[in-house]
Amino acid sequence: MSEGLVFVLEAQDIVKTFPGVRALNGVNLKIKKGETHALVGENGAGKSTLMLTLGGVHKPDSGRILLNGKPVTFSSPQDAVAQGISVVYQELSLVPALSVAENIFANRQPVGALGLIRRREMLKKAQELLALFDLEDLDPSTPVSRLSLANQQVIEILKAISTNPSVLILDEPTSSLTEHEAKRLFENLARLNQRGISCIYISHHLSEIFKVAHSVSIMRDGNWVCDARVSDIDEEFLISNMVGRTLVDIYGVRPSPDTFGPVRLDVTGLNREREFSDVSFQLRAGEIVGFSGLVGAGRTEVAHAVFGATLPDSGRVLVDGQEIKLRSPRQAIRAGIGYLTEDRKSMGLYLDFNIRENLVSNRLHRFTFGPFMNDKAIDQAADKAIADYRIATKSARKTVRMLSGGNQQKVLLGAWIGIEPKVLIVDEPTRGVDIGARSEIYGFLRQLAGRGTAIMLISSDLTEILGLSDRIVVMKGGRIAGEVPADRATEESVISLATASNINGGKA
Amino acid sequence: MNWLKNLTRQREFMIAVIVAAIAVTMSFSSPYFLYPENLMALLLGLSIEAIIAVAMTHLMVSGGFDMSVGSIVAFTGSATALLLVSGIPVVVAVVLGLLVGAAIGLFNGFIIAKVGINPFVTTLASLSLFRGLTLILTQGKNISGLPADFNVIGQFRLFDVQTPILIALVLIVLGDTVLRRSRFFRQSYYIGGNEKAARLSGIPVDRMKILAYVLTGLFAALAGIVMVARLGAASTTSGTGLELRVITAVIIGGASLQGGQGTVLGAFLGSLLMGLITNALTLLGVDVYWQTFVIGATLLLAVLIDRYGKLRTEKMELRGMNK
Repeated sequence: MSEGLVFVLEAQDIVKTFPGVRALNGVNLKIKKGETHALVGENGAGKSTLMLTLGGVHKPDSGRILLNGKPVTFSSPQDAVAQGISVVYQELSLVPALSVAENIFANRQPVGALGLIRRREMLKKAQELLALFDLEDLDPSTPVSRLSLANQQVIEILKAISTNPSVLILDEPTSSLTEHEAKRLFENLARLNQRGISCIYISHHLSEIFKVAHSVSIMRDGNWVCDARVSDIDEEFLISNMVGRTLVDIYGVRPSPDTFGPVRLDVTGLNREREFSDVSFQLRAGEIVGFSGLVGAGRTEVAHAVFGATLPDSGRVLVDGQEIKLRSPRQAIRAGIGYLTEDRKSMGLYLDFNIRENLVSNRLHRFTFGPFMNDKAIDQAADKAIADYRIATKSARKTVRMLSGGNQQKVLLGAWIGIEPKVLIVDEPTRGVDIGARSEIYGFLRQLAGRGTAIMLISSDLTEILGLSDRIVVMKGGRIAGEVPADRATEESVISLATASNINGGKA
Repeated sequence: MNWLKNLTRQREFMIAVIVAAIAVTMSFSSPYFLYPENLMALLLGLSIEAIIAVAMTHLMVSGGFDMSVGSIVAFTGSATALLLVSGIPVVVAVVLGLLVGAAIGLFNGFIIAKVGINPFVTTLASLSLFRGLTLILTQGKNISGLPADFNVIGQFRLFDVQTPILIALVLIVLGDTVLRRSRFFRQSYYIGGNEKAARLSGIPVDRMKILAYVLTGLFAALAGIVMVARLGAASTTSGTGLELRVITAVIIGGASLQGGQGTVLGAFLGSLLMGLITNALTLLGVDVYWQTFVIGATLLLAVLIDRYGKLRTEKMELRGMNK
């Protein structure tokens, strides 16, 4: 601290509002040169908005950004890059058909006199960058589409650091990586730190923070809560500051196990090549069973097969003791199974249709008068759903695209609860949903279970799994790795099952 | 007054107003415009494309697209004519002709829905395939000398209204009602709105998509047969460029290439608007070469207005739901 310049990047009292939402409410951030600084917070805490503000996408309403001690403003993302802040976005932004080198130097290729790309120079520069991450063997003229997802991400990072940034921002960089690949990423970030590049690391996986970061800032509901040296804190400190309230409040009261009814969903020996194998489990009436596991453990794939969206190679699915044919979602719905997809925008909702059209999309046959649609009945059902699920809208004819994430999710959940399912599979039911709507959604799920529906809860959010489930099934590598009763489950016990390496491939 | 506001927001209303405006202007500018002969000729001229537009609207609502309708018109028309001149009874020949159209639709639909080839590419191939087959089948010759009780299909008049117009009007009324109100066809809007979501909503996506192509083939065959009956002869070049006129009418009428929107009434009004513009330019003595140009301009204008509406929505969205 003896140097005059302590922080390479400093954000002071950043405020950013959107109509009706105060996304950032006086956020402070201090990043030292050559360190990795983690940014944690729940969905909707404002991490992304902060990142977009630092990356020049949003302009703050008030507050200052200091870069190397000097106040700066960014007129555009390009301007932010030019001044030394590069962002590696969550979605890969690479052009698959173009070469590694062309992707790294997209739009900044070295050119000669006639504006033609100087290919050899570009390849050489790409080679130098690849060497930085031990990828000397990779030919920079390879098309990106031939690389693994992990290597594609490396290219994405190289693309970002090819502009010589002083700060590199990474948003959920491990979300599609295996554990081994994530470890390699952490090593690469450490190398960047050694070269004096600071990193801002946004992640949901709290355990990662302790592996990769030197310091951490915690955000909650658009507010900056505190920052700390990672060595001074533990995971519990992070969670309690992120959530800011006791978890019992938002998850409601867990019913006693003897209130559960008979088995509603019985899955035996379900297999699908390269996705999952020998999956068997049961869900009882009134029970919420959490499915935990790492990304790629096969949970969503199992859900798709049970719902008939994909065809399993073998296995049986029984609903209320009756075997159902796993041919199509249509048949699953007829048998009383509902599935709330993890990807509500591209697979769940009809974004350009209005609320009422979305609410009845999966049960048009219930609203007919002879061969015709019964618009009055639809209006009534829609009005009731809007009231029941507290969907914030003035009219049932508002386009769903214009609703917030939380309200969109309520519409989708309303549609599925509307079929009065015997079994409801909810896949990441609160992804991208703010904390208020989240606790409401937990309430609706608990009520639905109370009416006798069996609920399969797939979630990557461990606190959600621990808080809402009556029982926790853990999957790993396409198999069920084990089961933990909710009252004895801890984050450690679930994670250790999800990551344990001593599974011998047999039945759990 | 709410219903009035809603009405003015409908695309159909907008086109109807434009159609009415042109009609009123024309009735003052040209003494011939309001002659029943002129109006009947106008309707007769667009009846063939209007018949196909009914099915094309449904297809485009479901997110599909068919470039091959003009070739289906020629192929089924020629095939039916060949059957007739070889002495096959009228009813049998017509039914076979319709079945051939439906079969071509099935062919298109199967390749698109089950094999997963893009609709544009698939039906572009069909456009050449069936135009080619028409030429092979007829050796490039027109077929005439059709039985009189076949020609009735296209030449009979009820209160001075010729059958192609009657057939088109009946199908338009029926098609509009069914597409607007029936549960079965409502499913197509969901498929066009978001195909993946529709599948997860339990809508039989592949079946509906294939059906949409079958119906389009069937309607194109009907149009082809009606046209042959009206002219009393089958021409190998009939229906050339028809697909573009039909698709233009459907888009002017409020459908989009993405699917999820559009109505039969809108498509008919779109077709009427195009016919009216052509008619007006002719009556006003404008150089005939301008007609195609004006149709293009109308299409562009219609989608630009649509885009403007979307942009406004997007801006509202940006202001409303940023996180």
